[in-house]
Amino acid sequence: MLLRFAIFISCLSLISCQKESQVDRATKDGILLLANSSDPKSFDPQVVTGVLESNINRALFEGLIAFHPTEDLAAPGGVALEVVPDETFTVWTATLRPDAKWSDGHPVTAEDFAFTYERILSPGLGAKYASMLYFMEGAEDFNLGKTKDFSTVGMKVIDPLNFEMTLRGPTPFFRELLKHYTWYPVPKHKVLEYGTIAQIGNLWSKPENLVSNGPYRIKSFRRNAHIEVERNPYYWDAENVTLNGIRFLPISNVFTEARMFRDGQLHVTYGAAPEVVDLMKKVDPSAVRQEPYLGTVLYRFNTTRAPLDDVRVRRALSMALDREALCDNVFRGYLPAYGMTPPMGDYDPPHGTSFDPAAARKLLAEAGYPGGKGFPRLGLLIASRETAATLATAVQAMWREHLGVEVEIENKEWTAYIVATQSLEYDIVAGGWIGDYIDPLTFLEMWTPDNGNNNTGWDSKPFVAKLEESIQATDPAVRYELLFEAESILLEDSPITPIAWWGKNYLIHPSVKGWEPLLLDNHPFKNLKLVPQD
Amino acid sequence: MLKLLASRFLQGLLTLFVLVTLTFFLVRLMPGSPYTDEKAVPEHILKELKASTGLDKPWPVQYGLYLRNLVLRQDMGPLIKKDGVQVSEVIGDSFPVSMALGLASMGIALLVGIPAGVIAAVKRNSPTDFACLAFAMIGICLPSFVIGPLLAVGAGLKLHSINVAGWSSPTDWILPAITLGLINAAYLARLSRGGMLDVLSQDYIRTAKAKGVPGRKIITRHALKGGLIPAVAFIGPAFAAMISGSFVIETIFQIPGMGQHFVNAATDREFFLIQGLVLFYGFLIVAANLLADLAQIALNPRMR
Repeated sequence: MLLRFAIFISCLSLISCQKESQVDRATKDGILLLANSSDPKSFDPQVVTGVLESNINRALFEGLIAFHPTEDLAAPGGVALEVVPDETFTVWTATLRPDAKWSDGHPVTAEDFAFTYERILSPGLGAKYASMLYFMEGAEDFNLGKTKDFSTVGMKVIDPLNFEMTLRGPTPFFRELLKHYTWYPVPKHKVLEYGTIAQIGNLWSKPENLVSNGPYRIKSFRRNAHIEVERNPYYWDAENVTLNGIRFLPISNVFTEARMFRDGQLHVTYGAAPEVVDLMKKVDPSAVRQEPYLGTVLYRFNTTRAPLDDVRVRRALSMALDREALCDNVFRGYLPAYGMTPPMGDYDPPHGTSFDPAAARKLLAEAGYPGGKGFPRLGLLIASRETAATLATAVQAMWREHLGVEVEIENKEWTAYIVATQSLEYDIVAGGWIGDYIDPLTFLEMWTPDNGNNNTGWDSKPFVAKLEESIQATDPAVRYELLFEAESILLEDSPITPIAWWGKNYLIHPSVKGWEPLLLDNHPFKNLKLVPQD
Repeated sequence: MLKLLASRFLQGLLTLFVLVTLTFFLVRLMPGSPYTDEKAVPEHILKELKASTGLDKPWPVQYGLYLRNLVLRQDMGPLIKKDGVQVSEVIGDSFPVSMALGLASMGIALLVGIPAGVIAAVKRNSPTDFACLAFAMIGICLPSFVIGPLLAVGAGLKLHSINVAGWSSPTDWILPAITLGLINAAYLARLSRGGMLDVLSQDYIRTAKAKGVPGRKIITRHALKGGLIPAVAFIGPAFAAMISGSFVIETIFQIPGMGQHFVNAATDREFFLIQGLVLFYGFLIVAANLLADLAQIALNPRMR
């Protein structure tokens, strides 16, 4: 037994003599090892909805407008040479690159785009994100099945390289929208080879069949193990693509990926838990990145239930939150949020409720609960993911201390939590929102009464009116002003209380160059460089 | 013997049928569906999606269709949150990984657990016995989510060519197999110690001793066969559990095994995947129990 153990140990020490780590090897080969949380739902950009899928799609596909490696709001041409608006920002003309090709050598044409938009808007495809295209005139009616005639949608092919998109109103930020994967093209010839246009589960996007138009094409896929992409030789800018490939690793456990990073198995992690951030800041501070990310952590109040139907109660609860303390102690790299919309570009959100315990107590007393007396015991619903439980405990303590109000934390499993939120079976519920594109609208539109993501029962006519007005505004500055006023109404009425603006924490190997902070974390892979370390 | 086998087989079939039926309805009683999404799915889209998998039909109709596909076409249905993937593909991809890891762990469990238990029983109340018992208690009490990361940090980070996690290099099975193996070794050590102690106090052992049979021979020839019966009864189901994967081990060591699907399928409400996994696991348990029964019969003449 002892002998066997001794042999085993000596074997271990023998193998441990080889020094080169996976990251060192991959750096030499020009392959980026990227943690990506989980396997994608699909490789079809029209049926996916998540961040991890968008990372893979960004390598495989390219939209009309590409991402800039350092500037959030820059809009370099992708598959389009340019996308130009008329003076009202309502009709946009796209001119495709004549040398844009699919990874099987077929040219990317305007016809592909018309097919793509018809496909995602066809109700039969069941595309969850079809509403991203509702900015196009007639798109919503077509998607809702009110008409089956696609020519009613504002998409007109002029010739193989040019097409015109007519929008429902002035949309000065349309180029930002076009960066989203729902607007990426799909290859008409391949989709029709494997099935029909609006067929759920069309096999064209199976890894072995997939044809894409981005800097990379799929090389290999092993479920729950890896996805590897390689250079697409037909890509129009192939000679400027620096990386030879990317290996996406579906690592769901944040501590496992941190260990793998330290062991030299990953270039970039998907995230980093607070504990990991604290540890790494001590042992390897240069590997830790903390950057603003386009998201908001918030609590929703159920405005259909007493006493939360009283705006004074909601505001009191909101004012009793010390967001600075929460950001310092619960999160890492998050910023205290006083508005729903994180600051972006020229938009600076209105300042909602500040931390003011005395004013909060006064408001609560006015609402009939002096010192919290007679206040019913409310439930605070959370799903135990990441820091949700720690945050809830801290909030619970703040409400007790500053208002004399007791809430009970109810912990539900993920799907049950979503069901309860969406059916308004809660008093107060933890939540969050990640923006789809860089414009305040992606954070405000959801609070209209018929939006499926409202989930508070809040129905404000002045808010809706301001939003509608903003949709018609041609002047970007006027538009921001209207959105600012809409957000002020939201914060004043407090159907939600924003808590923190998201911070993205992750670990990155020093060999990765060109990975700069971006609000949406949408790094264009083709510009990254891997430089071997001494 | 044949009669026993036939009756066990039929019992097994009945068990699986009850299992399939119960699972089918229980998963549908959970709040939410596979289409529940953090970002609300519009009603008209939801209708199309549900129709595409038949989940819009009443439960009895769904149940009938499921059984028909299962029995006639051996079709366990599709995944709903992963496009164009079948339940059979998921099990087919992940089971061989879990099987390989399970076999390695079982090997470690047997090599460490049984000798430890036997030695402890033979050297009863000696320091060796206490050491074995302590080892077993630690193994049983320390969960894998403690042992796993400790091993990963202790060995994986220190030894360069053992990875802390992953399933791509030939040494990747070592740490997870040790973690999973040691926990089962602990159970086996306790069970075989208990079994051996029972047998060693039997009359026939005393007779053998009186007749002057050497100690080693008494253990290997006479005691081991009977003393291992409790351990063998444990090995069957434990083996089925080991080869079907472990959620904790797989997430700690990033292994594309089957265990994580049991947990993720439930939180994701992947109806068909839950049903398929439960059926598959049920089949493994039934088969492993049948084999364990056969092994016990072989070891114990009184059971024949």
